[in-house]
Amino acid sequence: MTGTVGQFLLRRRGGRGWHWTDVFTWVWLVGGLVLMFGPALWLVGSSFKSPAQLAEFPPTLLPYVSRTAVVPGHDKPLPLFVVKMENGETRELAEIRRIGIVAQMVDPAKPGEIVRVNIQNRTPAREIGLATGNYTEPFVHFDFLRYLQNSVFVTVVATLITLVTNSMAAFALSKYQFRGRSTVMLLILATLMVPLSVILVPLYSIISTVGLFNSLWGVILPTVATPTGVFMLRQYMLTIPDELLDAARMDKASEWQIYWRIILPLTAPALAVLAIFSVVWRWNDFLWPLIVLSRKEVYTLQVGLNTYAGELNVQWHYILAMTVVTMIPVVLVFVFLQRFITTGIAGSGLK
Amino acid sequence: MGQITLSGISKNFGAVQVLEGIDLDIRKGELVVFVGPSGCGKSTLLRLIAGLDKPTGGTIAIDGRDVTPVPAADRGLAMVFQSYALYPHMSVRQNMAFGLENAHLPRPEIDARIAEASRMLEIAKLLDRRPGQLSGGQRQRVAIGRAIVRNPTAFLLDEPLSNLDAELRVSMRAELAALHQRLGTTMVYVTHDQVEAMTLADRIVVLRAGRIEQVDTPLALFNAPANVFVAGFIGAPNMNFIQGVVRGPVEGGVAVTAFDGRVVPVDAAAGALAPGDAVTLGVRPHHLRRVGPDEGLPVTVHLVEALGAETVVHGRTAEGQRILAVLAGQEPLASGDVIALAFERRQTHAFDKDGLRVAGN
Repeated sequence: MTGTVGQFLLRRRGGRGWHWTDVFTWVWLVGGLVLMFGPALWLVGSSFKSPAQLAEFPPTLLPYVSRTAVVPGHDKPLPLFVVKMENGETRELAEIRRIGIVAQMVDPAKPGEIVRVNIQNRTPAREIGLATGNYTEPFVHFDFLRYLQNSVFVTVVATLITLVTNSMAAFALSKYQFRGRSTVMLLILATLMVPLSVILVPLYSIISTVGLFNSLWGVILPTVATPTGVFMLRQYMLTIPDELLDAARMDKASEWQIYWRIILPLTAPALAVLAIFSVVWRWNDFLWPLIVLSRKEVYTLQVGLNTYAGELNVQWHYILAMTVVTMIPVVLVFVFLQRFITTGIAGSGLK
Repeated sequence: MGQITLSGISKNFGAVQVLEGIDLDIRKGELVVFVGPSGCGKSTLLRLIAGLDKPTGGTIAIDGRDVTPVPAADRGLAMVFQSYALYPHMSVRQNMAFGLENAHLPRPEIDARIAEASRMLEIAKLLDRRPGQLSGGQRQRVAIGRAIVRNPTAFLLDEPLSNLDAELRVSMRAELAALHQRLGTTMVYVTHDQVEAMTLADRIVVLRAGRIEQVDTPLALFNAPANVFVAGFIGAPNMNFIQGVVRGPVEGGVAVTAFDGRVVPVDAAAGALAPGDAVTLGVRPHHLRRVGPDEGLPVTVHLVEALGAETVVHGRTAEGQRILAVLAGQEPLASGDVIALAFERRQTHAFDKDGLRVAGN
């Protein structure tokens, strides 16, 4: 097992010796791997750290928790320290209290005997452990489930509407000849170049005029018609041969049936890609929901997370933990839909 | 059922005129083949009949009913496409059922028709496969099956065999002919392959540059081509054309000077040609035969293609006229040999300066 993995990792050109391209490729790929996965791993690792540990310098890679021991005569468990004694031996002692630079410590095995130790000579005894409270506490105190529900609603509904409207537009723009077709296409492409921040104010006044302020529909509707989606689906549909449509017309199919039963199934790979994009976009959307939603009950997860970042105090441990939780659905969507990206079935019925 | 009448059909794509003045009457149960070089408008004409495109001018009638404004779905025709155009995401059965479901036929009827067609075309075992899992010949059968189950008034076939390999094409051609015999339904067949046209057709429509050049039975086209284009297009290898000048009348025709002063008598209607008129003589390669050295036209051999049963000789006359001859059997010839060739008067075609037929058998 390890042999095969090692062989795979150290595979070289021609199988013998290290050509400079082997070294370059290896460094490049490993560097890329670290660059891509490092932040994600750091996020997951840090999400299990306590606030004190997050603030620690130098930072540790893995989350640790202090070991404690229950000592008779003390109600609470006491933190354990590794102490270097004056005679050179090291002992593991529990700290009762600290006065100035002197700590009063006790050996858990001999609870009666109090040892005074200079704090310079002791280091906390720690082991790798998870501060799971980062995850469990928000579920109790923070309205996580409601935010999750809002986020799921926004994401699912917006994605469905995006798929339907964009594929219809793409069908018309790719398979019908009509006057002004290229003008419409150009307009759609032109809106690609306008960033959200430019149209934020007019968009806001439209949404508030039609009474969608503080409503999830106000988050969903402005985002569903994406020029990227229309353009991508249109390019894909252009590759579907017109003869298939002609055959369907000879087969008495209505234009709606052609769209629904011929075009949509054949566009499935492109639809899957757009669905992935849309889910990621809508799930991670922050600025627009922050503007539209001002009541706590309609917050999406991303806006809800923002409440941990107060003006004076940022609760990093909760933010990190909840960020991990919000990442999970996006990762799952990608895992399950990515196989569609590679399957193209449209051409297989011809020639 | 199945009579298609085209009157004065024209079709423009923007400023480009693709078809003009097409008048054609396709009789019930007939297999008509549209043949012509690529770009002649034969596929466009088929699409007009199908209703997939609308003509710029003229009318199309099926069984006496004007269907020019009727959409493709309601003309009762079925089409087989060059690329087969099978729906790639549906099984063979679903492909065949699609049109019937759209026509709201009851399920048992659909199943019965599919069973019947798949038995006829021997594709019963393939019904649950997808088009991507079929070979070219099998896809061809499925495409035909999809047309048959519809019980159409007429079949429209757009170069259905052009994607098959040569061997399969011959066997499918025979099957198509048998199918037409059996169904007795009108078929309109587009091809650029004149062998397909000759073997399948009841009548052939020869098209060139958007116009009908001639409509007739295969043998009539071969024996009496109406003009130089048809003469050159029908028959393989192509007919030899020789330029000449009318010298004077002879009994039943005229004498033509060709090949550097050689006089050739040809049949012609009285008064069709006057002395001094330019004329094009046409002789099919198969009608040339080898004769003794002084009895015929001397031709220098340039290339010999020995096919076993016959020998194709490419040569030139003394004045540089290219001559192609197909000699029966195996001839021991080599490049540079000089042979003498002769042809019969009754097998000589003559065309006037406009390329129209003036003489022949």
